[in-house]
Amino acid sequence: MNFVMILRRGTLASALTATLATGVAAPAMAADRELLNSSYDIARELFATINPEFIDWWQEQHGEAINVKQSHGGSSKQARAILQGLSADVVTYNQVTDVNVLADAGLVAEDWQQQFPNNASPYYSTTAFLVREGNPKGIESWDDLVGDDVEIVFPNPKTSGNGRYTYLAAWAYADKAFDGDEEKIHEFMNQFLDNVKVFDTGGRGATTTFVERGIGDVLISFESEVNNIRKEYGQDDYDVVVPPVSILAEFPVAVVKEYAERNDNLDLARGYLDYLYTEEAQRLLAGFNYRVNDETVKAEFADEFPETELLRVEDVFGGWNEVMETHFASGGELDQLQRR
Amino acid sequence: MQRIGDSPRVRRVLVGLAIFFSALFLLLPLVAIFAQAFAEGLEMFWANLSDEYTLAAIGLTLFVAALTIPVNLVFGVFLAWLVTRFAFPGRRLLQTLIDIPFAVSPVVAGLVYLLLYGRNGWIGGWLDSHDIQIMFAWPGIVLVTIFVTCPFVARELIPLMQAQGAREEEAAVTLGASGWTVFRRVTLPNIKWALLYGVILTNARAVGEFGAVSVVSGSIRGETNTLPLHVELLYQDYNTVGAFTAAALLALIALFTLAAKAFLEWRATRRENAA
Repeated sequence: MNFVMILRRGTLASALTATLATGVAAPAMAADRELLNSSYDIARELFATINPEFIDWWQEQHGEAINVKQSHGGSSKQARAILQGLSADVVTYNQVTDVNVLADAGLVAEDWQQQFPNNASPYYSTTAFLVREGNPKGIESWDDLVGDDVEIVFPNPKTSGNGRYTYLAAWAYADKAFDGDEEKIHEFMNQFLDNVKVFDTGGRGATTTFVERGIGDVLISFESEVNNIRKEYGQDDYDVVVPPVSILAEFPVAVVKEYAERNDNLDLARGYLDYLYTEEAQRLLAGFNYRVNDETVKAEFADEFPETELLRVEDVFGGWNEVMETHFASGGELDQLQRR
Repeated sequence: MQRIGDSPRVRRVLVGLAIFFSALFLLLPLVAIFAQAFAEGLEMFWANLSDEYTLAAIGLTLFVAALTIPVNLVFGVFLAWLVTRFAFPGRRLLQTLIDIPFAVSPVVAGLVYLLLYGRNGWIGGWLDSHDIQIMFAWPGIVLVTIFVTCPFVARELIPLMQAQGAREEEAAVTLGASGWTVFRRVTLPNIKWALLYGVILTNARAVGEFGAVSVVSGSIRGETNTLPLHVELLYQDYNTVGAFTAAALLALIALFTLAAKAFLEWRATRRENAA
């Protein structure tokens, strides 16, 4: 192993040894392969739980000891890092658009959504409400959010994927409720956005606003996230409300074939993503409040995930490209609604 | 003539105000950091501290500082020497150039390096085809840290060396000393304290740098995650105690650095008084 290889693959320890102690001599490194998973920012604990299980699983199946490394950050920032050369083998994101960016650059297969089941989304979630204890404003669904005395907190759809889903969920609800009547949808969205008290740039900021600054009657976020916040900040102080109609939020996964091939990790990368669909992994995912498709696990966790009608972005809006263009581009629907 | 500060009452009010605002803006946040870090007891503090990834972040941060300081030490001395001891065209321009890292936002610095060394960058394409990874690995972090901290040593030395002038060195040369001997026996003893002070500032900044490092790190846990990035990550993770534990560590390093600086200043004034 030469110094260049150390630069690419080396751990800090080997770098230290190489630079400070031996100069050029190669440090002894196990021949183990390492997989790098580039993921979104709030998934740290999720993958900290899943990775050791996968490592055992791979050892059992293939008799090979491997390691999985994690990189976390806002998923758009993560995708940009990969474009600039962060040599991740797989991506596990919370935004379909961020994987599309990689596909457009040719790093991910164009038909990545067909390479794994359920649109390459091993788990999914939806937008849900976190309300103050006892739900004093009686918020049960989207139409309870357009009243005069309701204050809403969710991140800015311009800067946050999370906020984007909330906006789309409200729109999809209105579209369904008013049977596509443009004028009524616009009126609904206007009132909805009017009730937003604070537009934070990200999910974490919105949580701080709602929980620590005590602003707003309802915080809107992913169902998984809302449950985590409730667990973190007090089961007795907040209630979770899942509206009867909402949007389907997919958590897309893909192999970064360009880098996985070069790292000689193609089989490992596929194996990792396949593993996320196994009953064992699905159970772990459900434990983190994500919805899964495995029938057995679904039945086990039926109590925790209320039945809801989940609308797909592709069905309501035609697809992510259309959504970004029509709604979130500058001068799009969102800008126009906020100008009024 | 009566000046404003002369009345004892005015003086007391002013001193009181100064102390009050220092406590409010400087001391209180510091206390809050440690209070939060220990919010769930000593045991949680230790558990967070001995976390594999926290340890790796500490290691990386110290490693980056350990590489940055020698580079900027040599570079800073060289630059200060050049600018204060030689007259050449472009000297003023060079002096202005030194300040660029202070003038640009660290995030911009990080982005510029990314544009140069990233996969689609000018040099990055060549590096990529030769399988050399600079960005999103420790070399990238070291590079941007060196960039961000490079003015500190030179900025400390230049005014001092300008004030001291070249007379002593010239005398040494007339007496037959070689260049290296002049530097070692004349220049270095004269600039010793300023140099150390510059190193301390460099260290403080290298350890604490967030913006530039955040752009080029790729935040791979246990590998390219520095301590400041780790604080942010843990906070985003709702691990408040963990975040503040890491923050307390950073604060400790900062306090240690400040103590070292105060000590050096004390030594310097004592020597001056003795001389």
